[in-house]
Amino acid sequence: MPKTLYDKIWDAHVVHEDADGTCLLYIDRHLVHEVTSPQAFEGLRLTGRKVRAPEKTIAVPDHNVPTTPDREQGIENPESRIQVDALDRNAREFGVNYYPVNDVRQGIVHIVGPEQGWTLPGMTVVCGDSHTATHGAFGALAHGIGTSEVEHVLATQTLIQQKSKNMKVEITGSLRPGVTAKDITLSVIGATGTAGGTGHVIEYCGQAIEELSMEGRMTVCNMAIEGGARAGLIAPDEKTFAYVKGRPHAPKAAQWDAALAWWKTLKSDEGAHWDKVITLRGEDIAPVVTWGTSPEDVLPITGEVPDPASFSGGKVEAARRALDYMGLTPGQKLTDIEIDTVFIGSCTNGRIEDLRAAAEVVKGQKIKVKRAMVVPGSGLVRAQAEEEGLAQIFIDAGFEWRLAGCSMCLAMNPDQLSPGERCAATSNRNFEGRQGRGGRTHLMSPAMAAAAALTGRLTDIREMMATPA
Amino acid sequence: MDKFTTLTGVAAPMPLVNIDTDMIIPKQFLKTIQRTGLGKNLFDEMRYDDAGHEIPDFVLNQPAYRNAQILIAGDNFGCGSSREHAPWALADFGIKAIISTSYADIFYNNCFKNGMLPIVLPQAQVDILMEDARKGENARIAIDLEAQTVTSADGQVFTFELDPFKKHCLLNGLDDIGLTLEKAASIDAFEALATQARPWV
Repeated sequence: MPKTLYDKIWDAHVVHEDADGTCLLYIDRHLVHEVTSPQAFEGLRLTGRKVRAPEKTIAVPDHNVPTTPDREQGIENPESRIQVDALDRNAREFGVNYYPVNDVRQGIVHIVGPEQGWTLPGMTVVCGDSHTATHGAFGALAHGIGTSEVEHVLATQTLIQQKSKNMKVEITGSLRPGVTAKDITLSVIGATGTAGGTGHVIEYCGQAIEELSMEGRMTVCNMAIEGGARAGLIAPDEKTFAYVKGRPHAPKAAQWDAALAWWKTLKSDEGAHWDKVITLRGEDIAPVVTWGTSPEDVLPITGEVPDPASFSGGKVEAARRALDYMGLTPGQKLTDIEIDTVFIGSCTNGRIEDLRAAAEVVKGQKIKVKRAMVVPGSGLVRAQAEEEGLAQIFIDAGFEWRLAGCSMCLAMNPDQLSPGERCAATSNRNFEGRQGRGGRTHLMSPAMAAAAALTGRLTDIREMMATPA
Repeated sequence: MDKFTTLTGVAAPMPLVNIDTDMIIPKQFLKTIQRTGLGKNLFDEMRYDDAGHEIPDFVLNQPAYRNAQILIAGDNFGCGSSREHAPWALADFGIKAIISTSYADIFYNNCFKNGMLPIVLPQAQVDILMEDARKGENARIAIDLEAQTVTSADGQVFTFELDPFKKHCLLNGLDDIGLTLEKAASIDAFEALATQARPWV
């Protein structure tokens, strides 16, 4: 029977199947960060259990860590410090792979995993973090789990799972200039809604996906969760193999050849069954921004703030509440919305390609917003950006150049918005209070966020591209 | 884990769609290394003003709902982050069951690990129960997990679907890890085969 990519990875990892279809699924890589793991390690301690496969477990602090240059002196916030210290103690006590806060390889767990070659095609990857979907860009089955499941994976290297349905999201043709992976993933959520993928694993495919770099593919898969999907996947190809080859934990020599032979079979078969299919034309996708407090509140930058009455069902009240929270009026042009702050970073858009795209926009210019910050996704991304001269471009333009971490994406560290402060962000969630109580978030691509930093308002990147230098 | 068998109680109405885990428990409360004590910060930014005073209009601040054990919620409840702090906060407040048309996947799974039952019903039935919930203490809703039924205040019985394994664990308060470790031999066998087939993993 023809299989989807998801079917193939699933079948290769079933340890045991009960009569009712409940499966025990083997986990190849378990990524761990400081926020969702302390209770899990404590559970092991209380029951006298060990980490079954410490060599397949990778820990890195990212959510709480300050991103200011003084962080070597320690974390000021006592609760954040306790959590980061707890991870340090747990990682050492249980003997898992570990990148401490001052290691140059430290960064956001979903950036570190691929960067170090932990994430490989055909693997099952989990983490107590919903954006684990990111690793799907490698053709790995990757999804977020809760803390009880973190403990379960630590103790057993398996998860109790029911198989999800198969959903295909095809982006045909090529993207137009100024349109990026972020615009694809936001546009898909705009089209399907935040529950559109619920119960499904999405495979993204089509020419526009194939044409994306690995960085872009990670951006697309990262937000599969915002569309409600359990995971997002992209079939591995030559770009994937080239990205993986030579990374510290990628297979070498004869093992590389054996791995490559298997990886090349990891694609959906002709005639495989799809429970749901969505197709968007790459040419139709515009640079988009969010206007509300759900990632599904997406519109092309040329649009206007919608009237809540134009929605139906529970969305009418949700949109009314969103506009009230966001301080916006129906009919207002999106490009008239003024921005206070710009945040470039996160597991969605904190990779080198994202920083290159933003730097290209700001090069030689000055920001017009109150503050703007670039938070590289890892210490290695930061080092590379410094080597390429990108850091200096940002600093010259007036951006703060930070150390790696999750930072203002979820504002668990000191990087937060004040009430009413409006932010152009390259992160993944525009929920109420996400970036700080009362903070107002507009999601967009790195190039669009950079453009907003220069004009002080939401801006169509294509207009800037048309302007002669 | 606590067993869940039957429950009859007051339900709090929260018709808003897409209630996300940042609303349920904002990130400043994720810094704990405990599972308990989060109930006072449940829905913190909706429940308290900037000075930390209760906002009287918020449903769980109203006298009728302070001891609610059931939430009737809008579509896609629990979307967003994987934080298990969301069900921990709900459980710590006293919520034992949620009824909605749909949930985000990770949140849904997390509930079962904490003895909490998220029930999926069609919109029309959720609407009836939402109306019951609006009546506060005058309308109690009954849930029977074994029978997989929800009974409205005026006696209408609605049946819900549930994965048999999740039901079994919840009814008996079973610990997943203990159950899985009983299959240790299968895991060993799988690992041995997988190491041969994919030695690079």
